[in-house]
Amino acid sequence: MKEIDELKFPENVRYTEDHEWAVADGEFLKIGISDYAQDQLGDIVYVELPGAGSVLDQGEEFGTVESVKAVSELFMPVSGEVMELNPALEDSPELVNDDPYGAGWMMKVKASDSGQFDRLMDSQAYLAVLKG
Amino acid sequence: MTSSTGTTGLIFNEPLLWEMGAKGRMGFSMPPRDVPKAPVDNQLAGDGPDFADLCEPDIVRHYTRLSQWNIGVDSSMYPLGSCTMKYNPKTNERQAALPGIATAHPFLPSDHCQGVLGLIYKLEQMLAEVTGLDAVTLQPAAGSQGELTGMLIFYAYHVSQGKRRTKVLIPDTAHGTNPASAALCGFRSVPVPSNDQGVLDAKIVSQLMDDETAGIMVTNPNTLGLFEDNIKAVAEAVHAKGGLVYCDGANFNAVMGVVDVARCGVDILHLNLHKTFSTPHGGGGPGAGPVCVTRDLAPFLPVPRAVKENTRYEWSENFPQSVGKLHAFYGNFGILVRAYSYILSLGNHLQQVSQYAVLNANYIKEGLKDIFHLPYDRPCMHECIFTDKLQQPYKITTLDIAKRLMDYGFHPPTIYFPLVVSGAIMIEPTESESKDTIDGFIAAMRQIAKEAAATPELLRLAPHFAKLKRLDETRAARKPCLCG
Amino acid sequence: MRYLPHTPEEVEAMLSTVGAGAIEDLFAHIPNACRRTKPLALAEPLSEWELDRHMDGLSGTTAIQPEYMIFMGAGSYDHHIPEAIKQLLRRGEIFTAYTPYQPEVSQGTLQIIYEYQTLVTRLLGLGVANASMYDGASALAEALLMAVRVTRKKRVAVSRAIHPLYRRVVQTYLAPTGFEIVELPFGPDGRTDLKSLQGADELAAVALQSPNFFGCIEDLKAMDQAVHTDAKALMVVAFTEPLAYGLFKSPGALGADIACGEGQSLGLPRSFGGPGLGLFACRNQHVRSMPGRLVGQTVDGDGQRGFVLTLSTREQHIRREKATSNICTNQGLCATAAAMYMATLGGTGFRELARLNYDKAGYLKNELQKGGVQLPFAAPTFNEFVIRLDEGSKRTYRQLMAKKIIAGLPLDKFYSELEDHYLICVTETSPKADMDILVKEVTA
Repeated sequence: MKEIDELKFPENVRYTEDHEWAVADGEFLKIGISDYAQDQLGDIVYVELPGAGSVLDQGEEFGTVESVKAVSELFMPVSGEVMELNPALEDSPELVNDDPYGAGWMMKVKASDSGQFDRLMDSQAYLAVLKG
Repeated sequence: MTSSTGTTGLIFNEPLLWEMGAKGRMGFSMPPRDVPKAPVDNQLAGDGPDFADLCEPDIVRHYTRLSQWNIGVDSSMYPLGSCTMKYNPKTNERQAALPGIATAHPFLPSDHCQGVLGLIYKLEQMLAEVTGLDAVTLQPAAGSQGELTGMLIFYAYHVSQGKRRTKVLIPDTAHGTNPASAALCGFRSVPVPSNDQGVLDAKIVSQLMDDETAGIMVTNPNTLGLFEDNIKAVAEAVHAKGGLVYCDGANFNAVMGVVDVARCGVDILHLNLHKTFSTPHGGGGPGAGPVCVTRDLAPFLPVPRAVKENTRYEWSENFPQSVGKLHAFYGNFGILVRAYSYILSLGNHLQQVSQYAVLNANYIKEGLKDIFHLPYDRPCMHECIFTDKLQQPYKITTLDIAKRLMDYGFHPPTIYFPLVVSGAIMIEPTESESKDTIDGFIAAMRQIAKEAAATPELLRLAPHFAKLKRLDETRAARKPCLCG
Repeated sequence: MRYLPHTPEEVEAMLSTVGAGAIEDLFAHIPNACRRTKPLALAEPLSEWELDRHMDGLSGTTAIQPEYMIFMGAGSYDHHIPEAIKQLLRRGEIFTAYTPYQPEVSQGTLQIIYEYQTLVTRLLGLGVANASMYDGASALAEALLMAVRVTRKKRVAVSRAIHPLYRRVVQTYLAPTGFEIVELPFGPDGRTDLKSLQGADELAAVALQSPNFFGCIEDLKAMDQAVHTDAKALMVVAFTEPLAYGLFKSPGALGADIACGEGQSLGLPRSFGGPGLGLFACRNQHVRSMPGRLVGQTVDGDGQRGFVLTLSTREQHIRREKATSNICTNQGLCATAAAMYMATLGGTGFRELARLNYDKAGYLKNELQKGGVQLPFAAPTFNEFVIRLDEGSKRTYRQLMAKKIIAGLPLDKFYSELEDHYLICVTETSPKADMDILVKEVTA
């Protein structure tokens, strides 16, 4: 596992304490897990996501991410409706390890309360939490 | 012994069954046909399974070669913590294979199977005596099925008291089967932290215990290899609010002849016959998980139960409060026979088994505590736990240590369990290992600690002498290939 | 004692290292309130030779073949077990190993179980099989719990023609869950009456056994239609005699989503009902919901083929309360025996043995019928079938028992409406001469 200084936390993205990130993508929000999260998990073997159309609240569990020896729950950064899932993750869950903010995105959500996104942590605040 | 237990040796490659054979070969002695063919409805008939055809020598060579790729207790010390890999006596195999045992049909009327039925009755009594509890079922087929039985009894008991309780307290050191078994009965697990001595604190339990909680699942000795010093007070705290105390007896090998489980305040206990009572591990079972209970909970035990009427043994279903049935018949009877034979062979000397098991573990603890980090420096019971903390500066992990130990000819201890100890290495030698063997184990571990500092790469690439190098488990999980 | 290596000198040396004066000191920290108040009230240890005599005596009280003719199956079957298998199972590397947590030194167990899984998928006609469950009964219970997880519906339908003790185990497992069990009756031909499924809704699964408890082959084609199209549930096919699939179509070939049952017939002795072997297979798409261990193929650091336990995140040691099951130790050695048995028979032998069983039962059925005995169920059977004797047959049954003939299993204990009905079983182990004697005695 890497040191925190070796990990990437893009500034255009917002973060949660549970290590998810969210970024604006057209009218939706794109969601995934941070470089810290994927590094901690190790080789990811499976990502379980909800069906499109699911409506979930901020903080609610929306799925799980599995490595060989562990399972971690994933929690909604914002409330909203699941619009689209990343189809590539079914066959290539390693994308989450290799490119957690790009090709390893997990789902797109139509947020029900835009204020929630604004109140998420920026990269500096998240880094502070990790070093905390 | 001055040279390592482990070395290289010639073993063989062996293909998969369907990569061998030739159509028409047969390994089976087909009985001669003495009846005519009966007509078959072609609509229902199928082609039969696509199995390879092999002759008897093919089969024998196949499985002989495969067996040589394994370490067993018969090959070497197998110090898997909490698994109690003790010697599996061969006389037990002879008894289980006796015709009146091996070919007994479970539906024989009771007067045609008094011996086997009586064995069940007597083994129940022996286990009651050894544990200090009052009534026993031998039906559960493994420890976790015993836990399920215990949780079913929790459920049935509280229903009989007129109240459905929804939670069960489970220590953070518990084996994964504990919360899984509780969940199967619809209970929500409430985690209970252990204190810095590694045991449960009665005050914390008392705070968490309420009248929505069915009870607690403890393990004693616990998964850190420590006796739960406060077990009586913990039990009192749970009983005070109407709950029951379940004890996971996986580590019972530490306390035979010493501890009275009932006096500890435990209401329900399961045992693992394939751990404490020497029945073989079989590459992953079959085991047996008898459940022992107090007098008050006896009415809830699974049916049928073996009862004695004068001098005769009978099956009885006359237990209206029974939780029901876990196994189609009476449990893993062949395993019960082996445990029965073991207990008869040791008799009132069972206490010595626990004494030597505990002595061996403490001896290992002394022999390694200067070079491996010991999170709990207090007398241990039948197993001791170390961590990889002192090896971390060399970027060597518990996994690396375990893999290198194989090169020295030992099966590794349990690793990364319990979860509360980071990088745990849990060593349980059992009473079966001689001082020579244990000294060899200690020497190997000390050598590995030296290698960790001087030549860490040797550990990271271990094992070197096993049939294979480290396997790609990520690939196995990402692209599962589960049959050929 | 021969299992305990330590000599008094060695004990003294070890105590000295540990810093204890006597061995009891190692237990000093155990509170008095938790201790036994009396020594263990067990007998003196038996020597190996005394144990042999004791067990020989115990064994001698059981009614067994060939002294007795035992025409019973009902979930526990008499089949020949080759000596080669018995000897191979006694290899210490096989039976004294444990769960293959360290794959590099457990490739024997791992390849054996991978082969077992594969043979089971081929036998049952489904995509994936696990490394075993405890027995056919708990396998059925777990199959129904799995169906509930997959479909998120809370009712299951279970045929009354499934083994009565399997149904009791299902009831026990489902009791605390609140899931409803709907019972499907059987019809006059001995098969499950599927009509009652019409209009049934919110079913997670429908379970039948084939051959069923009466030995009858169920109409699985009709079941496929009723379960998938009408009830929109998962089709669960159970069994107690898998040898039947050497002759009849497999559950997977007929639409089953899950097939689960007892593998004792595959190389395991009856052993008074246990250990058994829970075979469990399902369609590939459901693999992540399947309980039990799984062995998968992979490669090592040098690119060599090898096997590992995989998809472990379903299991209790990782998923804990959210696991697909609580199962840990399963029936490893029994699965090994079954794999050896299926390998020994091969495809050719399996088909031939199945046919021989069928023909033996067919012969007995025919002879009994010729002798005037009623066969109440018209459906085709495999190696078990039901006969109906005249009223007051209990006396006949007892008389036969006194002659050391056990004429089947009386069914009224499990089905109160089936007084004077007996479940008869014959396998390849029953010589024609024995069957002729049974016919003569029963028709006398």
